[in-house]
Amino acid sequence: MAEDTPQPVEKPAKIRLTDIAQRYKTRDIDVLALTDVNLEIAQGEFLVLLGPSGCGKTTLLRIIAGLLRSTGGSVEVSGQQLWNGRERNDAVMQELGVVFQDANLFPWMTIEDNIALPLKLRGVPKAERRRRAGELCELVGIKGFEKRWPRELSGGMRQRAAIARALSCKPQILLMDEPFGALDAMTRDQMNLELQRIWIESGCTVILVTHSIREAVFLADRVLLLSPRPGRMDTLTSIDIERPRSIYVQSTPEFQKHELELRQRLDSFA
Amino acid sequence: MSRHTAWIATPLLLAALVLIWDLYVRVFEVSPFILPSPLEVWDATVLLLSQPRTYGHIWVTLFETVAGFIIAVVVGIGFGALLGKIPWLERTLNPLIVGLQVMPKVALIPLFIVWFGFGMTSKVVLAAVIAFFPIMTNTILGIKSVERGHRDVMQSLNASAWATFRDVELPNALPFILTGMEVGIVLATIGAIVGEYLGGSQGLGYMAVATLNAFDVKAMFGVIMLLTALGLILYFLVVMLRRYVTPWHESVAGQH
Repeated sequence: MAEDTPQPVEKPAKIRLTDIAQRYKTRDIDVLALTDVNLEIAQGEFLVLLGPSGCGKTTLLRIIAGLLRSTGGSVEVSGQQLWNGRERNDAVMQELGVVFQDANLFPWMTIEDNIALPLKLRGVPKAERRRRAGELCELVGIKGFEKRWPRELSGGMRQRAAIARALSCKPQILLMDEPFGALDAMTRDQMNLELQRIWIESGCTVILVTHSIREAVFLADRVLLLSPRPGRMDTLTSIDIERPRSIYVQSTPEFQKHELELRQRLDSFA
Repeated sequence: MSRHTAWIATPLLLAALVLIWDLYVRVFEVSPFILPSPLEVWDATVLLLSQPRTYGHIWVTLFETVAGFIIAVVVGIGFGALLGKIPWLERTLNPLIVGLQVMPKVALIPLFIVWFGFGMTSKVVLAAVIAFFPIMTNTILGIKSVERGHRDVMQSLNASAWATFRDVELPNALPFILTGMEVGIVLATIGAIVGEYLGGSQGLGYMAVATLNAFDVKAMFGVIMLLTALGLILYFLVVMLRRYVTPWHESVAGQH
């Protein structure tokens, strides 16, 4: 990759959010959904956005993903603005991979074609796409399912395929909107472990939205807690638990202290 | 279980209907000019099939139907895609489209005969015009009913409008288009036959009228049998197309 130059000791900011605000206009009133978001996210960091429903965490993620243009403030990725006026900056969009709450696989494409779609859109030849899709299936643990239709896979496997698709263009930033929200608790623990492994192997920056405190503490380098109405930054908590974390880390006093603090803070919003 | 019962139940039901028909004709001594018995209709159909000129008429009707249908499919998908992609164009043309759709197309036959003559062309045009609307409206519906999440994926990949059409909107519309085509092929058959009834000297529709004018009711029933067979074959060809075009779809998945 391009990182041949020596890294400075201080990790550079990969994403810089400045004064992000989002207003919705309904029929007669203005709703302020999000305000005063100022944050720098370091290269290679795992940031979790946590908050009650209606706190604007998904909105914030959609703004960073370029799916929504914020009504105020700016998003800067690798020192470049995400928006040039009304146009998305192509160079920035190329660095992003997005995983949604639903896998959103296209039912008319095989798993392999779904995963390689971003490559197809960039004009990568078919043989190369096949090869890369095979590698990605192995990475996310669905090897052997390349030629299947999405409907033939379980929910967890479909979400794995969606992660593979987001990774196919080797994005530097992975944005995930409650990616495991629809899965059962056991599959969810498993997916959290796998995500940690994939993140360590790929070295990309991750921003993940969740409403599960345990998931947040387990995965995050830092947890950003958002308070509702209007959504704003509440607390930013560093989780200094050694990596890679095993599922048993959840029963350590340190983990539980973070969990309790976040839960008390969340309860104070109600 | 239910699939196997259908294989037995359907032929049994058909046999029962034919039996009731036969009994009714025998018991009430219905005149063969009103309703011939099943056996007489069968004989008349076999007789028709032994005459070479019948095949000429079948060919004419088949050609008109298929040509009209193909035109309807090409133009219907083309227009549907355009209107589905460009909302302001659809809003502008919508009143016109609804008006044309409501207009009884059969009433246009005299006009088509004036414009395109008594030959096959006027029937091809009629078949195409009738079959066009369900195909177009279903294409529009299919393109507009792309899931929000699927659009988000394409947007997050920064996909061009053309790539979104090719990889998402068109495949999403295919099951809808095929439903439109299933309706369309039936309408195209009706269009060709009605066209032949009302003007012309060839095709199965003309044959039905000619046999009626000759008071040959048995032969007329034979012609109806041939028309039904033709319609059924064309319909099932289109239904089979679904398996090849959308093997991924739920409607195909259940029936291995």
